[in-house]
Amino acid sequence: MSAKTDRIDRLAELTARKDEGGHGLWYEAFRRLRRNPLAMTGAVIILLFVLIAILAPWLAPHDPAAQTWLGEIRGAEGFIPGPRSGNWLGVDGLGRDELSRLIIGSRQSLLVGVVATLLGFTAGAILGGLSGAFLGMFGKAGRWVDSILMRFNDMALAVPSLLLAISVATILGQGLVTVMIAVGVTQIPVFARLLRGSMLAQSHSDYVLASTALGVRKRRIVLNHILPNSMSPVLVQATLSLATAIIEAAGLSFLGLGGANAANPEWGVMLADSQQYLATNLRLAVYPAVAIIITALGFTLLGEAMREALDPKLRK
Amino acid sequence: MALLEVEDLAVTFQRKGTAPVHAVDGVSFTVAEGQVVGLVGESGCGKSVTSLALMGLLAKRGVKVGGKALFDGNDLLTMPGSTLRDMRGSEMAMIFQDPLSSLNPVIPIGLQVTEVLKRHRGMKGEPAEKEAADLLDRVGIPDPRRRLKEYPHQLSGGMRQRALIAMAVACRPRLLIADEPTTALDVTIQAQILELLKELVAQQGTALIMITHDLGVVAGLCDEINVMYAGRVVEGAARRPLFASPTHPYSVGLLGSIPRLDAPRGEKLKPIPGSVRDNIAWADGCAFAPRCAHRTDECLDGPPALVQTYTGHAYRCVNPVTGDEVEAVTAAATLPAPSIVDATTDSDGEA
Amino acid sequence: MLRYIVRRLLQLVPTLFGLSILLFAWLHSLPGGPEAAMLDVRATDAKRAEVRAALGLDEPLIVQYGRFMKRLVRFDLGDSFTTGTPVMEEFGRRFPATVELTVVAMIIAICAGIPLGYLAARRHGRIFDGLTVTGSLLGICIPIFFLGFILKAIFAVKLGWFPSLGRQDVDVNATRVTEFYVLDGILTQEWDASLNALWHLILPAIALASIPFAIIVRMTRASVLEVLGEDYVRTAEAKGLRENTVRGRHVLRNAMLPVVTSIGLLTGGLLSGAVLTETVFVFGGIGSFLATAISNRDYPVLMGFIMIIAVIYVLINLAVDLSYSVLDPRVRVR
Repeated sequence: MSAKTDRIDRLAELTARKDEGGHGLWYEAFRRLRRNPLAMTGAVIILLFVLIAILAPWLAPHDPAAQTWLGEIRGAEGFIPGPRSGNWLGVDGLGRDELSRLIIGSRQSLLVGVVATLLGFTAGAILGGLSGAFLGMFGKAGRWVDSILMRFNDMALAVPSLLLAISVATILGQGLVTVMIAVGVTQIPVFARLLRGSMLAQSHSDYVLASTALGVRKRRIVLNHILPNSMSPVLVQATLSLATAIIEAAGLSFLGLGGANAANPEWGVMLADSQQYLATNLRLAVYPAVAIIITALGFTLLGEAMREALDPKLRK
Repeated sequence: MALLEVEDLAVTFQRKGTAPVHAVDGVSFTVAEGQVVGLVGESGCGKSVTSLALMGLLAKRGVKVGGKALFDGNDLLTMPGSTLRDMRGSEMAMIFQDPLSSLNPVIPIGLQVTEVLKRHRGMKGEPAEKEAADLLDRVGIPDPRRRLKEYPHQLSGGMRQRALIAMAVACRPRLLIADEPTTALDVTIQAQILELLKELVAQQGTALIMITHDLGVVAGLCDEINVMYAGRVVEGAARRPLFASPTHPYSVGLLGSIPRLDAPRGEKLKPIPGSVRDNIAWADGCAFAPRCAHRTDECLDGPPALVQTYTGHAYRCVNPVTGDEVEAVTAAATLPAPSIVDATTDSDGEA
Repeated sequence: MLRYIVRRLLQLVPTLFGLSILLFAWLHSLPGGPEAAMLDVRATDAKRAEVRAALGLDEPLIVQYGRFMKRLVRFDLGDSFTTGTPVMEEFGRRFPATVELTVVAMIIAICAGIPLGYLAARRHGRIFDGLTVTGSLLGICIPIFFLGFILKAIFAVKLGWFPSLGRQDVDVNATRVTEFYVLDGILTQEWDASLNALWHLILPAIALASIPFAIIVRMTRASVLEVLGEDYVRTAEAKGLRENTVRGRHVLRNAMLPVVTSIGLLTGGLLSGAVLTETVFVFGGIGSFLATAISNRDYPVLMGFIMIIAVIYVLINLAVDLSYSVLDPRVRVR
């Protein structure tokens, strides 16, 4: 399981290093990010995506649930009106304005991504933080707790995420909430391991040793020094996790776990629904897919650039 | 004619969007057959870059190399890559600082030795194995047959450096460059490795360029010494004159920072204040001036020229240290033992 | 070496034990309780009570777990609601298709990914490198079922170069030996059948390969970049070795270590990713079967799938660790 874990561990170690010359790691990383065109592309995409999601109700030209062109659609012959004035991207198989559905759908995708990441982050942070704190604060017994927690965590990390998501989803039944939770659960072990590794790397750093030597209390060191400084790789992972969540959510929706809700269109569900018109109306699949790809790419570009900016071995 | 004549060697690192860095800036020195020449200076002074430039091991992109380096009359710097590749490992070889990271971790020592023999001497199979075992034996590795099958992590630090030396001398090179070969080793092992190098050089008549920040190493080994600072040679002389009458304040400082057994009890070491980061550009004056106790106003008038004395002593200083001042620190400093602490206050790794 | 293998096998015990606990917990958190995994939704209350009694659901959890383990060890997973046949039998019949697809996808990903990643690293910071990095990031961001749609629409429907569904044309009269269609054709020397099956594999395999391909490219690139800066590569250069020796023996050999590990990890992910691809190409493997099972809430099938994939996954990782110890002598000592 070490490829995935190696990547996580590597990221975790990075915060313990500080650049020369007095500038903080993040200052340097940010400077490097601003010069990286890929990172900036990612940031712009994310910004646009978030803006669209927030302003969706005002941007969407039509009600995403209204079936305006129903009379013209002859599903049997596969005729679905394409782009035309009033419906710039045409309508879907049920005569609903495609563009409006895409715009409103951005909200659901953002919601899925954010909720899933937050869930994974929160639960993972609690688990990893506890584990790391136990390791750091309670001596031998703490080490035991830590190693048992991490054993389970590595096992969960070893299960392919789609499989994990499917198992969670079967317990919870269909629906968007299911998708959010299922995707979030797959992120828990990632965050847990990352935060713990990061705390571990911090605890070996010189300033922690110095504080210990000065007689600062362990609990204070963990809460005031180690924890805040362990957060930067977690932020990188959160960015990447948003992309993963959006893609995985699409996969789960495709498998029929997303459920269907006419009033709240979601890109993954739209993509899944487009299957039946694939032979005649490929565009119905292309629109939501391109939306998913661009959004995921935005988060991935920024996240990877952040990781690269933090990793001295990758920048030469 | 000398085996190697380095003339005005300059290495500039240029990255897009940043100011060019003159890592090596007009360095000249010569090495004759069988001679040991030391390049001395603290981390970041350009001594390693000099050696990598000679070997053609600097990255191709973002690096500009100027000047000449005549090896047997042929310029190493303008030579086609394939010719240089043929010469590396056979005519000239190099030993590096960290023996563990310099050995391939996943290949047995044996193959790492025989691959040189195969490449340059066309040896294969059992004869190559035998020669490799002989080489390990010669550099003082006991039970060489067994060691050939082992991996670098199974050897001790000293053994690893011996193995690296065996690879370097496998084809009896005419020039050997040793880049801080003892820095990563224990003090007792350091002495052994130095002794080994001395022996090999004497036996094979190899010319040796010894790169180090440790004047103790130099004192025991080198015939000629070039002290480098911020990419330039600031003082060059034969061993005895350099230790007896160092002229450049930087060399004096280096000598003064060596701990000595015969120093009076309680006497303090005299570290050179500041670090390499406090340099100024040579164009603005003497790069060492900000750290120099001997500084005068003239030091900042422009780059000091290299002064050649009739004894062959050369220094780059407008206000050199005179004999009396040196007396205090160098009275018995002709041959100090290998030093235990780093000769400088700079603790960074080699650039 | 033998000791290492034995130790590694022993380490499997707690892992498999942990997995069984997770599976048991999953079973007990199903809506409708663990008996739901044995019962059709339409089952009567009497039937339900019967199953509860048979499962001993009123007994202490630890006893139930023992019973559960007994069934697992015998690979008794019950019958599928959808088809009425034992789950293991269904899997036995469909699994070869998925394995075939996964293997071909992995071969494509490796054969294309490693050279591309290597070249990108050699041209670090140039346009080719930038394109490769961007392309591989894009590869990770494309949902594989959508890539399947597109490939199918273009190369199967529009251009007609490849078949759009199934594992083999219906009119191909092939003898079945192993249920691995490509292998069957080779074994029986029915080359047409083998080729036909391979032809059906290409599009779904490409779709499935996209993510591992992208990851392998990036891992190879990062790993080669790291190794290129290592001291031992400089030593190799200083020895004047031929460029090919330096690249092969010193750079690639070391750079491959992390990539090999990731390949094992990816193969497990592929097996589950096959679910999405097979659905698109109506490929008769466990993927399509599972998609049906999800919509039918066919719990025995789901449990069987989770268990099988997890066990395979663990075994693949074991194989990777062992091969790693062959590649990297340092691991053996630890």
